[in-house]
Amino acid sequence: MRMIEQLTRDERESALVILLVMFVVGAVMTVAGRADLFSVHGALVMVAALAGIFWVGSGFYAPEPSADRLTQYYDDPSKVGILLAMGWAVIAMFVGDWVAWLLVNPNLTFDAGWASFGRLRPVHTSGVIFGFGGNALIATSFYVMQRTCRARLPGQLSPWFVLLGYNLFCVIAATGYLMGITQSKEYAEPEWYADIWLVVVWVAYFILYMRTLARRKEPHIYVANWYYLAFILVVAMLHIVNNLAVPVSWAGVKSYSLFSGVQDAMTEWWYGHNAVAFFLTSGFLGMMYYYMPKRAERPIYSYRMSIISFWGITFFYMWAGSHHLHYTALPQWVQSLGMTFSVMLLIPSWVSAGNALMTLNGAWHKVRDDAVLRFMMVAAVFYGLTTFEGSFMAIRPVNALSHYTDWTIGHVHAGALGWVAMITFGAIYASVPWLWKRPAMYSARLVEAHFWLALAGTVVYVFAMWNSGIIQGLMWRTYNESGTLAYSFVDSLVAMHPYYIARAIGGFLFLIGTVIGCYNIWMTIRAVPHVATEPATDRPELAGTPALQPGE
Amino acid sequence: MSMFGFHYRLERKSIGLVLMIVAVASVGGLFEIAPLFTIHQTVEDAPNMRVYTPLELAGRNIYIREGCYACHSQMIRTLRDEVERYGHYSLAVESKYDHPMLWGSKRTGPDLARIGGKYSDEWQVAHLNNPRDVVPESVMPAYAWLSRTELRTDDLSAHLKAQRTVGVPYTDDMITNAAADAYGQAAPDSDQAEGVAKRYGKATNVRAFDGKANQLTEMDALVAYLQVLGHLTDVAEKPVADAGGKP
Repeated sequence: MRMIEQLTRDERESALVILLVMFVVGAVMTVAGRADLFSVHGALVMVAALAGIFWVGSGFYAPEPSADRLTQYYDDPSKVGILLAMGWAVIAMFVGDWVAWLLVNPNLTFDAGWASFGRLRPVHTSGVIFGFGGNALIATSFYVMQRTCRARLPGQLSPWFVLLGYNLFCVIAATGYLMGITQSKEYAEPEWYADIWLVVVWVAYFILYMRTLARRKEPHIYVANWYYLAFILVVAMLHIVNNLAVPVSWAGVKSYSLFSGVQDAMTEWWYGHNAVAFFLTSGFLGMMYYYMPKRAERPIYSYRMSIISFWGITFFYMWAGSHHLHYTALPQWVQSLGMTFSVMLLIPSWVSAGNALMTLNGAWHKVRDDAVLRFMMVAAVFYGLTTFEGSFMAIRPVNALSHYTDWTIGHVHAGALGWVAMITFGAIYASVPWLWKRPAMYSARLVEAHFWLALAGTVVYVFAMWNSGIIQGLMWRTYNESGTLAYSFVDSLVAMHPYYIARAIGGFLFLIGTVIGCYNIWMTIRAVPHVATEPATDRPELAGTPALQPGE
Repeated sequence: MSMFGFHYRLERKSIGLVLMIVAVASVGGLFEIAPLFTIHQTVEDAPNMRVYTPLELAGRNIYIREGCYACHSQMIRTLRDEVERYGHYSLAVESKYDHPMLWGSKRTGPDLARIGGKYSDEWQVAHLNNPRDVVPESVMPAYAWLSRTELRTDDLSAHLKAQRTVGVPYTDDMITNAAADAYGQAAPDSDQAEGVAKRYGKATNVRAFDGKANQLTEMDALVAYLQVLGHLTDVAEKPVADAGGKP
């Protein structure tokens, strides 16, 4: 069944209206911003709207979809979201590995601005965090909220608006960086107009989530949804406050942030650290709380541990951002608060990780045999390791050594590769056969290969950066016998060379694993289902059945 | 336990859950960020601090555009080795006019908070053209095209105006003459050069930064910016007692 024909007539009309408005906005941007790169993004919006108009138009006069659809969950957006996530993963990890090689051989920039490290780096970071991570979160959240509420999504248009609108934001961001459009705020680089668009998309996402929760047939809201909700709500708060800015012109890309200096720095790292917390932790914990027990066929170990860790994470994380600013011009009392809360944060973090690992009790033989579950188990282990490392690095004297060095990069990648990507691959490998109604993935051996490549890549990467970071930090502060600094900055740079090669190789292994994953997913989708494998229970509760009864 | 009893009821109410999440997540920011705007000692006083000239601001925007902040910090920490390597530790007031701040988080290259005046213009230009010509071990990208690219100045007045909206004290005179001042700062023998010193102070660098006075390039702007880093105020060079905020 073609996806557009699943929309009702009303939804198709609404989609066309939205797309026409988008087209007009794009046209206005193109004309008004003709003296600026603004027009390039205006044209991009126009093209996106036009593509959408053709897509909706192609099925506009198709008959109304049968009412039968209402007895099933609406999974088309989740399917597309997973494919988009994998696409972004390949692009962003490729760019990441490319910039890693640029630090080995800096002459690979073709004398062109777009190919230099500074412009490509945010393509990598945003591509991985927002392209890969964000799409995976949106796709799985749609899947999970329907199952845990036992209710179908309230409409079919708004999930598409959220998913595709979000991807438009990602494309505007990535193409902008290549042209040099950036606010320079790390992980919040997109300029003011992209930020406003993301707020629109995000409000639609929140409303969709709340409407689905309102339709739930379960009296209790399941833990996974608490985390997804915190992800949606707090990311909105962070995004809006950190991106407050005054545009130079309403027809130009450039803006100046409202805050300056020390206040701007604190706001940026309040955002930056909590992007880690609520995008890369909360959201993915939501993913873990659904897919890990499902795949292991074991209930979550402890309900109370879930509650403690959820509220602990939500409260403590928001104080921790200032540990990015130790020994800087930020007042010391804020640094001390940040350090204290970062250390306390270890408790809810380890309660979460422990809760996940204890859930596997009684299913460890499955972890041994099933690479999909093993992805999730290793993710939980890396989550525990990384949160410990994070609390440790937030201690002022430790941070004196680690800050500004590759140790930070190693820490981030232990989290991003070991935790975020592993739990996502686990969730995706679990979902793909469920979504496309296949008995299993095309090849379990390829999942196995992906697992070992991903693990090896992560370990190589992280060890390389630990070594380089600590060596760097030590060289910068080493004194010789006459009491002067022993090494020049360039000495430390030369010492990094072998580790930069190792890091790029580690990243390459990880990328190969991802490409294998894409192939495996593609072959799974292409395979003809030989039996109807849809479990009869995988359906929403309908109006006739008694409301509010505890389920799975 | 009653805490879990409370939660058992809370998790049945989606709006309640939403409000609770927002409330719990707001506390940290309210306690840590809001006071920074009200406590006077957060930022020191530096009455003689000047703003960026239009050319320096344009250079700063190129620094942002090229993502230089990804590898260079502009924040010297209060650690002995950093002070000996890079100079006096950075004071909050020194980035008072930085919208956004460029403190950075990573040193793939060295800190630049006090790079201004440390190297000659010729060295900076040669280094940006191809870093390996002057530092053979460098892994920095070459920015040779900056010398070939003409600097856009027609929108500089609008930039200064936006800066004033967010709180940087640019005068009407500065805003009106932004484009001329940008040209004049890199063309010391031109008629426009005089206005730069008049509006931004005698200490302002007025030089042909890229060595070619007849042409205003992005290289001029970026080097002008690099050469002023650490020199907008001399507050860090004064005794600590003078540099602190009012009691």
